[in-house]
Amino acid sequence: MLNPIEFFGEISLFGVRALRDTFSPPFEANQVRLQMNDVGVRSLPLVLASGFALGMVMSLHTRGTLVTFGATALIPSVQAMAFFVEIGPLVAALLLAGRVGAGIGAVIANMRVTEQIDGIESLSVDSFKFLVVPRVLACVLMLPLLTLFMDFAGLMGGYVAEFAASHLSVSLYLSRAFTYVEWPNFIAPVIKTSVFGFIIGTASSYFGYTTDDGAQGVGRAATNSVVMSSLLIILADVILVKCILFVFPESAL
Amino acid sequence: MTGTHEPIVAFEQVSKAFGEKQVLRDVSFGVKAGEIVCILGRSGTGKSVTLKLLIALQRPDQGKIWIDNDEITSLDAAGLSRVRRKMGFLFQDAALFDDLTVYENLALPLARLTGKPRGEIDVAVRNVLQQVGLACDTKKKPSALSGGMRKRAGLARALILNPRVLLADEPSSGLDRITASEIDDLLLRQRNESNTTILVVTHDVHGARKIGDKFAVLDKGRMIAFGTAGEVERSEHEIARRLISEW
Repeated sequence: MLNPIEFFGEISLFGVRALRDTFSPPFEANQVRLQMNDVGVRSLPLVLASGFALGMVMSLHTRGTLVTFGATALIPSVQAMAFFVEIGPLVAALLLAGRVGAGIGAVIANMRVTEQIDGIESLSVDSFKFLVVPRVLACVLMLPLLTLFMDFAGLMGGYVAEFAASHLSVSLYLSRAFTYVEWPNFIAPVIKTSVFGFIIGTASSYFGYTTDDGAQGVGRAATNSVVMSSLLIILADVILVKCILFVFPESAL
Repeated sequence: MTGTHEPIVAFEQVSKAFGEKQVLRDVSFGVKAGEIVCILGRSGTGKSVTLKLLIALQRPDQGKIWIDNDEITSLDAAGLSRVRRKMGFLFQDAALFDDLTVYENLALPLARLTGKPRGEIDVAVRNVLQQVGLACDTKKKPSALSGGMRKRAGLARALILNPRVLLADEPSSGLDRITASEIDDLLLRQRNESNTTILVVTHDVHGARKIGDKFAVLDKGRMIAFGTAGEVERSEHEIARRLISEW
């Protein structure tokens, strides 16, 4: 059992190795493509459904309060800013940590337990580059895209709730939604979600790759992947928001 | 270290421990080119660890390991990669890559390490699959194969780079007598046709006596006997005599 400092040291070195190996040949283009499909395309229904439901719920909540102040026209703007700046990136990352993190942790751990990783190594193939790097890269590339889908699904959910209450037209809703949205509100979260993707890919792969305890180890790797990815995402969010506000002060709500 | 009569594989006073548990203690032996050596011993005596040390999946705590002139304990990743290309490893459960078909499992090392064009890879893969009797199962995933077929596919993958040294970890475990005998025949044919040096870890004394030129007997991490079947039968160690004669 590693102490926390050793653990963070090890997982950091693991992440640095993944980053370094991303840029050194041979490049695992086929594996990256397969993982992007698994991480991105297969997560899309979950992300869209969650975003849509969250958008509706948020609209229902905010409407009551804003009606009291006669500010119903602000509902689309509040919805858009909340999704673009914080809810979209964070919820998409947490959803991905659950769906993909557990999968990566369990799959790689199972490969370790069934000697598939040894099998790859025995063939002179670098198992780290073959298994870990494509998964980390897929998470880094796909999470920003999934976040954009979640943002727009959230807006659509908000629109449906708003239409039911006030019969607002789509064009007016979207026009109001984007009134206060500027480029930094897009760019900063994209960078943030890439970091979240890196955290999910690295933490999940780490727990899978380093497991050594049979079937129990596979289960533990899956659980630890989700728990640690989620925790690190939330902690990283605090730091990243501070950094983003420093670089893009105009992106503050 | 090499030459016709010198070992192509050698252990020199190799020791290995996992935490408190000492698995191998000062183990030394040599295997000449083209020999089949069967490693026998009770469970947990370090037989599989010996194979994993030979292909550097694990590192010894002390001692030297020679593979065809290379002392592998001091090699870096590139050196190890070069040595591993001369070796094949048949894992106990075959350890085929789950996501890939049988064909893709065999094509992967060829595509990565040889740079051969697709057509040549195709021919090489089909030839090896033909040898092990899996020519019709190229598109199957490992999960769709029976235990015996998985073992054959694992053997095919171990042979795909035409290794000089083949390591087989319990090739007959979990198989019926006939299928186990077929695997033994494949190992014998590989040695006879390609002069491959083969080290086999096994509990199957019947199969071992059929294919083995020499036998290494491990007990509590020590090598207590090494030699031909007759020499091991005359060993001073009762465990060695019992292991080689129980069939």
